[in-house]
Amino acid sequence: MVDDSGIQGEATISEQEVRHLAHLARLALTDDEVAHFTGQLGAILHAVSEVARVDRTGVTPMSHAVALANVTRPDLVTASLPVAEVLAAAPAAEDDRFRVPRILGEAP
Amino acid sequence: MSPQAITRAEALTLAAQIAAGELSAREVTEAHLARIAEVDPLVGAFLHVDADGARAQADAVDAQRAAGEPLGPLAGVPLALKDVLVQRGIPTTCGSRILEGWRPPYDATVVTRLRAAGVVILGKANCDEFAMGSSTENSAYHPTRNPWALDRVPGGSSGGSAAAVAAHLAPLAIGTDTGGSIRQPAALTGIVGAKPTYGGVSRYGLVAFASSLDQAGPMARTVADTAALHEVIAGHDPRDATSIPQQWPGLRAAAEAGAAEGLTGMRIGVIAEHDGPGWDAQVRAVTADAIDRLQHLGAEVVTVSVPHVVHALAAYYLIAPSEASSNLARFDGMRYGLRVGGDDDSVAAVMSATRAAGFGPEVKRRIMLGTFALSTGYYEAYYRSAQQVRRLIADDFAAAFTHCDALVGPTSPLPAFPLGERIDDPLAMYLADLATLPASLAGLPAMSVPIGLTPAGAAPALPVGLQIIAAATADATMYRVAGALAADQQQQWGGLLLDRAPSLSGGRP
Amino acid sequence: MTEPVVDYAEVLTRYEPVLGLEVHVELATASKMFCGCATEFGAAPNTQTCPVCLGLPGALPVSNDTALASIVRIGLALNCTIAADSRFARKNYFYPDMPKDFQISQYDEPLCTDGWLDVPVVDPESQTDGVIRVGIERVHMEEDTGKLTHAGSTGRIHDAGYSLVDYNRSGIPLVEIVTRPITATGALAPQVARAYVTQLRDLLRALAVSDVRMEQGSLRCDVNVSLAPIGATAWGTRTETKNVNSLRSVERAVRYEMSRQAARLDAGQSIVQETRHFHEADGTTSAGRSKEQAEDYRYFPEPDLVPIQPDPAWVARLREDLPAAPHLRREQLHAEWGFTAAEMRDVVNAGAVELIAATVAAGTTPAGARKWWLGELARRATQLGVSAADLPITPAAVARIEQLVDAGTLTDTLARQVIEGVLAGEGEPDAVIAARDLQVVGGDGELGVAVDAALAAEPEVVERIRAGKHAAVGVIVGAVMKQTRGRADAARVRALVFERLGVVDEAAG
Ligand SMILES: [Mg+2]
Ligand SMILES: [Zn+2]
Repeated sequence: MVDDSGIQGEATISEQEVRHLAHLARLALTDDEVAHFTGQLGAILHAVSEVARVDRTGVTPMSHAVALANVTRPDLVTASLPVAEVLAAAPAAEDDRFRVPRILGEAP
Repeated sequence: MSPQAITRAEALTLAAQIAAGELSAREVTEAHLARIAEVDPLVGAFLHVDADGARAQADAVDAQRAAGEPLGPLAGVPLALKDVLVQRGIPTTCGSRILEGWRPPYDATVVTRLRAAGVVILGKANCDEFAMGSSTENSAYHPTRNPWALDRVPGGSSGGSAAAVAAHLAPLAIGTDTGGSIRQPAALTGIVGAKPTYGGVSRYGLVAFASSLDQAGPMARTVADTAALHEVIAGHDPRDATSIPQQWPGLRAAAEAGAAEGLTGMRIGVIAEHDGPGWDAQVRAVTADAIDRLQHLGAEVVTVSVPHVVHALAAYYLIAPSEASSNLARFDGMRYGLRVGGDDDSVAAVMSATRAAGFGPEVKRRIMLGTFALSTGYYEAYYRSAQQVRRLIADDFAAAFTHCDALVGPTSPLPAFPLGERIDDPLAMYLADLATLPASLAGLPAMSVPIGLTPAGAAPALPVGLQIIAAATADATMYRVAGALAADQQQQWGGLLLDRAPSLSGGRP
Repeated sequence: MTEPVVDYAEVLTRYEPVLGLEVHVELATASKMFCGCATEFGAAPNTQTCPVCLGLPGALPVSNDTALASIVRIGLALNCTIAADSRFARKNYFYPDMPKDFQISQYDEPLCTDGWLDVPVVDPESQTDGVIRVGIERVHMEEDTGKLTHAGSTGRIHDAGYSLVDYNRSGIPLVEIVTRPITATGALAPQVARAYVTQLRDLLRALAVSDVRMEQGSLRCDVNVSLAPIGATAWGTRTETKNVNSLRSVERAVRYEMSRQAARLDAGQSIVQETRHFHEADGTTSAGRSKEQAEDYRYFPEPDLVPIQPDPAWVARLREDLPAAPHLRREQLHAEWGFTAAEMRDVVNAGAVELIAATVAAGTTPAGARKWWLGELARRATQLGVSAADLPITPAAVARIEQLVDAGTLTDTLARQVIEGVLAGEGEPDAVIAARDLQVVGGDGELGVAVDAALAAEPEVVERIRAGKHAAVGVIVGAVMKQTRGRADAARVRALVFERLGVVDEAAG
């Protein structure tokens, strides 16, 4: 059922959706976590879905708290970090590069 | 001054005595390091104490003074830095396992400014993981306890900063506030905490939770100290595109003006929606008394409706998690921090395993919530609607400030609650921020000042804070009200509310 | 695995192609899009990185003003509307070459929209010139990613045991130019695709906003192709072939996709909407990721950057400073250079207009510039299967070589060796000349010694020349060339020989 808020029914969420979100967010959740989050997220979404029932006719979304525009920097080169500091925290590095595990699937 | 007197002194007093050569910065630092060693095992305010670094900073101030060089405004005064701000070479964890052991290669602009002012950074204060929480129980390392009652929370997420100041481990602290994380813990620990106008303090080097809401701010035991620290950290930063291009002088002066002249000629609005049966009765009673005092100080007090603030919680818990889901994506085990898995696993598997192991439940919950709100099919109804409601709230405030100089109400709907009481009920925890969220969404300056204690009964007497909200960039107005209230309290109480807190001296866990 | 294909000529008897081209251009700014790191190509790994372009916790982006001016100039040159209010958005997906795990890009509020580019296309059959107007849907600003190197036997992504990341490229300003669907090209589709990219590249070179070097990746092209049965009203399903990195490959990729899709459609199979990869070796494409399981990018407005609202006066100034439109510019250059119509056509067809213009600007004659770009360099480009513009030699280097030839310091033969050295990456012309010792054997003194030695060694030849058999001089010239390792000017040697023998050269004058 879709009301005029665009939110379906009681704003519950399925375990399958939770698994999909976890994939999008790169979180390897256990089955227990999935079950737990399904309940909690359903309750939270139910509570927050009230935003769609507020009369928002003609209201411009607010993405920034300050009304600034055109903030830029001049095209000037400044010092980079020494490569040793760049790699200091790397879990793995090789040939002055970050070493990352093998990539399966395609580049986006 | 005795070490005990040093740790109970105001920051401005310490600064003046150091500048005059009556105290050395080193002495002041040692007194605080000793107090931390004695009391912090009980409170758990710090995640990392940089004793050597603090001594070196203090010695540098003393050397500067000995050489006759001019000193910064808070030179030699110790401070606790919330662990979501980066300090070059000092472990920065954001209260998370995923950043355990990370030492940033750069300083936050706030840190640069503190250094320029001669402030001595004692160490990194505990907080809810990535500043997500209202109790500091979401720290991956240990919870922080409320100095007023060690079985209660200090609020959050800047609970470590608040507890450090309240327990006299540092006269000053930096907190960060996304939805109330400076103001709510300040209220729950009986100290002063201010969230500047969004854009007043640079976010460069503040590890982002929700970029359009995050703001670092000062915490201290007095209004004057808070204003002085605010002046040190605020100001335009070309490294932050959302930084307002202006300086912020006159905050201390405004607090002093309030103290000297009272509030005659000011019109103060009481937010109608932040009162009523849903709010703790004791908190309401203490707040009502404080509002009486405002009137007594010469202000005209009126009740003002800010109708859309009732939707602030819903809007906030969509906008903040949405931004967080994106901001926290970078913690993927590739460049710094934790990595779970090896080369035999795919990069996607390593990222997922690292994030699953490195993030705590509240962070995961908010990432999932934000991912949902931004995803195809839900963006319009959830994220976009929330942004529209945010605009309605900001417009309500703008309208209110056409006929009021400041708005007030309780900072927190309830006083400090017992550890563990709400940790498994996210919605109940979210309610702790009910009063602070609206000003965050609107980007307004807002602060909490201690106004009294709940009566002791089944629960111990606990501090209550009054929230003062001003129009955007009118931070000085907020300090004027706070300054007047503080002077009035000094007269009535003969000291600070915090003087009534347990001393915690010689305590052992 | 090769897929079945239909003969190209046959495709057109049954199907009509629709093209779409997405071109990414790295801007030639001094610093990166959101930080001050240098953008130089070929620097040692991770030496041009900082907290911002490494996406370190706490770091914030601030936009490069030159990059914004460049994209507005590109938009104006492509006849686009410049938005009054434009914003950055975050495109969220996890990939290890992207340090924040989101890309700052533009989504529903790009800077430039609704433009066009007139593309000259020569019909190969009729040899008549035509112009096709390609619609430009949008031009937007984004940031580049880091560079992955795949370790393993083949260097390809799937065989790699692990990968290495260099973030020097991370955050370099990138402009994405997206066409509207290009229809009704018929058999000319592959040429139109190539001609569009050529024309666009020339335009960008004339604007001096990018190096537009396809082989270095500063210009990258994604090719969308679909087929519909002739007479059909709806378009077919498209495929997107990624990172096609030469002009010739653009043409081949379109041609191959048309043949491959036709074979599937003929066999009653559907076209899968997917990204494909182009294989330089055999001109085929292979399936990548299916768009059906595409990521949900969860775009939302970038909270760390504020809107761009270009000042109309600034835009007007940028418009005034634009170089002439390509066809006007061609006419103007044609007149300036004094080439014949046939010469000019050759120059245009070789895609060398802007190369010659840049070479002339670097200080040589138009004829001198044309000689190299349409001669030796065109030959080298054909050998390497790239366009002349993609050769690793700059117009300035070509101008330097021609100047040295003009001054008699290099012969044409030596100049070709210098070019060989520059193309082989041995450095700029003067460095190659020094390293390979390619200077023409200097004054007549040194050359005279060599000539005298050769004459003394060949008395019979001397007799024959004296007897009027002037062609025999070649033997002496050859000997001198051998002795000087080709560094002598042959004409000068010949003159010296006749001078020494007191014979009048019948070929001279
Ligand atoms: Mg793109
Ligand atoms: Zn950088």
